Amino acid sequence: MEYLVKITITLKQGVLDTQGKAVTASLHGMGGYEALQEVRVGRFLELRLSAKDRGTVLTLAEGMCDDLLVNDLIEERSIEVVEIR
Amino acid sequence: MKVAVITFPGSNCDDDVVHAVTAVLECDVAKIWHLDSLGERKDLIVLPGGFSYGDYLRSGAMAARSPIMKEVREHVRKGGLLLGICNGFQVLTEAGLLPGVLLANRRPGFICRPCTIRVERTDTPFTGAFTEGQVVNFPIAHSEGRYYLPSSDLDVIESEGRVLFRYCSFSGTTGDEFNPNGAAHHIAGLLSKERNILGLMPHPERTSEAILGCDDGALFWKSIRSWVERR
Repeated sequence: MEYLVKITITLKQGVLDTQGKAVTASLHGMGGYEALQEVRVGRFLELRLSAKDRGTVLTLAEGMCDDLLVNDLIEERSIEVVEIR
Repeated sequence: MKVAVITFPGSNCDDDVVHAVTAVLECDVAKIWHLDSLGERKDLIVLPGGFSYGDYLRSGAMAARSPIMKEVREHVRKGGLLLGICNGFQVLTEAGLLPGVLLANRRPGFICRPCTIRVERTDTPFTGAFTEGQVVNFPIAHSEGRYYLPSSDLDVIESEGRVLFRYCSFSGTTGDEFNPNGAAHHIAGLLSKERNILGLMPHPERTSEAILGCDDGALFWKSIRSWVERR
C-alpha cells in the first residue's frame, strides 16, 4: 500500500515564536484584522511511504520525527496518515 | 598540536578557522570534508560557522547526523577537545553533545557586529590564558543564537559551572541591554559536563590577529595549545 503522511510541527507553548510575533504585528499593522489574537508559525512536511499497513507507516513516521524531523525540546508534532492507493 | 576543521555542505567559516589557528599557533590544521574520515588522532576538532545544509529543517540538524559525527563522538569519548563555533554550536546541541537549542534571535534578523563577552572561568582547556572576568571582543554573526534551555535545566548547568562565556558590556556587566539575541542567562559559550566540549556563538577566529583590529581570539587558541601541551 502507498500512504501519504502529513506532519505538522509547531513550537511548544512557552517557547517564544519570533516569526509568529512578526507576522501578527504585520497583519495588525495592515488594519482590518483587529480580531486577530495570535499567529503561530510552524512547519509542514508530506512524506510518501510504501508499507504493508497503516500501523507500520505510523511507527516509521514517528521514528523519523524522533531521529531528525522534530526537536522535542522545543517542538511538538501531529501526524496524519492518508491511504493513497 | 593536531587540529581538524570539519567542512559540511554550507559551512563558510572553515577557512577562517584554518587561517586563524595556523597564523596564531603555527601548527598544521587539516580541513576534512564531512563524508571523509578524521584520520590520525586529533587534539582539537572544530565544527565551524556557516549555514550547514542551508539551515534547512533546523540549524545544524542535518550536519549533526552526518557520517563523520560518529568519529567525532568517539574523539570526545576519549577526552579529545571539540569546539563548535556559531553553526558549529547549533550542530553540537542538535547532536545532543551539549544541552539546549539555539533559537531565532529575540528581535528577528541577522546580527553581524563586534560583541563583548565575559570569561567566567579559566580552569578549562579553552580559557587558561585569560583572567577570570576578563572582557573580550569576539564578533557575532547569526540569526539564531538565542540559547534556550528549560529553567530547571539551566539551574543544573549553572550549578555545574558550565557557562564559560556570557554576553556583557565593555566593563563586564551583564544585562538585557548587553545581550544581543536574548540568550538565557546571557549564555554565549557553554561547556560539556566533562569540559572538553565547548559551544560558542561568537567567533574567536575573527579577532585572532592585530591586523583585524583586535587579537583577543589569539589568547583563546593559545589557551587550547597550552592545555594540550600540559596533558
